[in-house]
Amino acid sequence: MHMADALVAPAVAGTMYILSTAAAGVSVAEVRKENNPEKIPVMGVMGAFVFATQMLNFTIPGTGSSGHLCGGMMLSALLGPWAGFLTMIGVLLVQGLLFADGGLLALGCNVWNMAFYGCFVGALLIWKPIMKKGASKAKIILASILGCVLTLQLGAFSVTLETLISGITELPFSVFVATMQPIHLAIGFVEGLITAAVLCFVHEARPSLLWGVGEATDKNEGKLTFKNTIIVLAVVAAICGGIVSLFASAFPDGLEWSMEQVAGTAELEAAGGAYDAAAGIQEATSLLPDYAFKGSESAVGTSFSGIVGALVVVLITVGACYAFKFFKKNSESKAA
Amino acid sequence: MNRLHPVGKLLVCVFYILVVTSFDKYALDKLILMAVFPIFGFVVGELSIKEGLYRMRLILPLVLFVGIFNPFFDRNVLFSIGEGTAHEIAVTGGVISMLTLMLKGFYAVLSAYILIATTSIEEICYGLRAIHVPKIIVIVIMLIYRYFGLMGNEANRIMTAYMLRAPKQKGIHYRAWGSLVGQWLLRSMDRASAVYESMTLRGFNGDFRVKRKGVNPIDVLYPAAWILMFVFIRYIY
Repeated sequence: MHMADALVAPAVAGTMYILSTAAAGVSVAEVRKENNPEKIPVMGVMGAFVFATQMLNFTIPGTGSSGHLCGGMMLSALLGPWAGFLTMIGVLLVQGLLFADGGLLALGCNVWNMAFYGCFVGALLIWKPIMKKGASKAKIILASILGCVLTLQLGAFSVTLETLISGITELPFSVFVATMQPIHLAIGFVEGLITAAVLCFVHEARPSLLWGVGEATDKNEGKLTFKNTIIVLAVVAAICGGIVSLFASAFPDGLEWSMEQVAGTAELEAAGGAYDAAAGIQEATSLLPDYAFKGSESAVGTSFSGIVGALVVVLITVGACYAFKFFKKNSESKAA
Repeated sequence: MNRLHPVGKLLVCVFYILVVTSFDKYALDKLILMAVFPIFGFVVGELSIKEGLYRMRLILPLVLFVGIFNPFFDRNVLFSIGEGTAHEIAVTGGVISMLTLMLKGFYAVLSAYILIATTSIEEICYGLRAIHVPKIIVIVIMLIYRYFGLMGNEANRIMTAYMLRAPKQKGIHYRAWGSLVGQWLLRSMDRASAVYESMTLRGFNGDFRVKRKGVNPIDVLYPAAWILMFVFIRYIY
């Protein structure tokens, strides 16, 4: 389910970063409030554990996503939602850096799609209410499967939305959704079974490790939490939609906007001796003057000569870099 | 490149990915120019191109599968190569947008590789702390990285024990999955607790002491020059 940097537009990535950062901020505050430094190494181990299980990775054709175990539900069942969420951030960042799975720009999206739903929706709306009167094998299996299936469905739907809002694929929304959701239904079910197997074992071997078991004895508190969570989710969804649509609208780009403010036009015209001379030199030295191919001044602004020009610059850069390296080595060997 | 300040390298990497992904889906020419940064990183940083390409194995199929549909849905002819000749080839928007998408994925992975290959995880964590990422997140990142090897050792031990107890089996029986994984988790947690105890006995109070790095002029010049270059290609070129 990891989204690559190339699959998100900066505006979408930025919006998701803001949302994920907000959730991380709340989580950091909650973990600080817990003040349990012994949890830190457990977070590290659990992170490494989820990291390892997420390496069971397979590509889903036509969707731009990979299928694997998510681990959010398992993390929050053992660490609680707050510490679980922070651990998932660590896992996703290390994966992005070390294994190129996900990316730095798409981190906000990935945290939201995999950690937010798994840790908060899964833990607070499913795990905690089911476990409030104590845990049993049947309850753990129910909560794990239900939690994994639901949170993966939400995550997969978010991936679809984020990719489409980014305007990356020409794939119709319905086709995209129809591909993503059923595959993640299967993955969610398998993940639910594996999560249940592990948690059942922990329940038998060391029940004290399970989070949130028999905690919410006050019925009103439980109801209030559920209601509050729904309200928070609705508000977040509205904000998310609002910000994304704002960014997605057809604003002029930053430079054009500032030029319009300063000069009253988005395009500047230049005239004069120096300009004409420079234009003459440019014309004489350009490899493909006057755009030799049909449609080169199309609305999209891409042309064959433009591409060839860019390739030439890149080749020159390669030469310059190697020259730099050569002279650097020479000077180093002389110094030695 | 290894000696540069991690904050500068982190900044350049993130800014580069940001600029690369911000290009229009047809802006192939400008995107090709953006190759100057990975080329510089690989040549000057003396990195292995083979290793960099190997890292593409996870991301490239995903990007390819999204992009591969673009030529089918977007069939607007943008330009023709060899117009008027017998071998005229029409290039559609879908082909260009597929290529730009692939390049974006390629660049993002390569730039992240340049960062991680020239900066240790401790330095990256130091950089993250310097830009005020909360302490707890940075510590967890470092611990995940360190415990990963520990988890691998535990998994090896469990697998060896299983193979010795159940010889001539094809893989692990599904009934043993839960208890094996659970045992793996519990044993690793015990090891982590032992590590934690020894850390506290040595004065660990929830903070990692990282040697402070001094800032040299090149540490400022490097990100400034690249950021200017990216802005130039993005907006002025």
